[in-house]
Amino acid sequence: MKILNLLQTAEMADVFRSDGKIYVVVAGVLIILSGVLTYLFLLDKKISKIEKEVDSIKK
Amino acid sequence: MKNYWWKFLGAALLIYSVVFGFLGEVPRREILNETIRMTYFHVPMWFSMMAMMISSLVYSIKYLNGGKIQDDIYASQFAVVSIWLGVLGFLTGMLWGKYTWGDPLPKDPKLIAVEIGLLIYSAYFILRSSFDDEQKKGRLSAIYNIFAFASFMPLVWILPRLTDSLHPGNGGNPAFGSDMDASMRMVFYPAVLGWIIIGTWMATLGIRMKLISEKING
Repeated sequence: MKILNLLQTAEMADVFRSDGKIYVVVAGVLIILSGVLTYLFLLDKKISKIEKEVDSIKK
Repeated sequence: MKNYWWKFLGAALLIYSVVFGFLGEVPRREILNETIRMTYFHVPMWFSMMAMMISSLVYSIKYLNGGKIQDDIYASQFAVVSIWLGVLGFLTGMLWGKYTWGDPLPKDPKLIAVEIGLLIYSAYFILRSSFDDEQKKGRLSAIYNIFAFASFMPLVWILPRLTDSLHPGNGGNPAFGSDMDASMRMVFYPAVLGWIIIGTWMATLGIRMKLISEKING
């Protein structure tokens, strides 16, 4: 793969990747994404609770 | 908890697409460089927007057939999410275009078509907000929704293919075939599926809120 990389001229973030620090960015994005997804789950549960409450009042 | 499995699936697919979207192997291409990874994030916005629009259309037709207010709520909430996804797709496309085409908003037929299309859809919400009578609002906006869908699809999918476009797959430009290799597809399709699931989930949250307020007020 290394030799193949040298033959191909298109610039890629190879140095960035060899430093290993791309993982920091991936981890950062994952923190934000999981935060948003957790929010969605919590909102979902709250709506379920309200649905049950409204149903019990209506009955 | 058994109703939650598909939400976990959607979340897992998104997390997968982020991890392998950044760390996976991608083909080396001039100009595109690493931005080829935008395919995993920009394109799924449009695919999931289309899926939400089709769902919205189905419920609009159902409403016209049955006249149930629930179907109108379903149609409008799917439309809300589709516009959100469309705007996000547009913004990410502007960012990507700036660094590859050299212009965030080049005079590209696909961009102009999408601008018109999103405007047509925003009129749907203006139309909705201008009626008090539920049945009248439902009927007219359902009919308009069908019109909006029927004009959006040819605008975005057919017209750009008849002329020259910077977008892949248009005006003689090859589509996925040449830019994406097998390893990219392994990330791209899960990303599309993940975003469709998350979009549907977001729509259901809105639908359930509307249904609750319908129950309380109606």
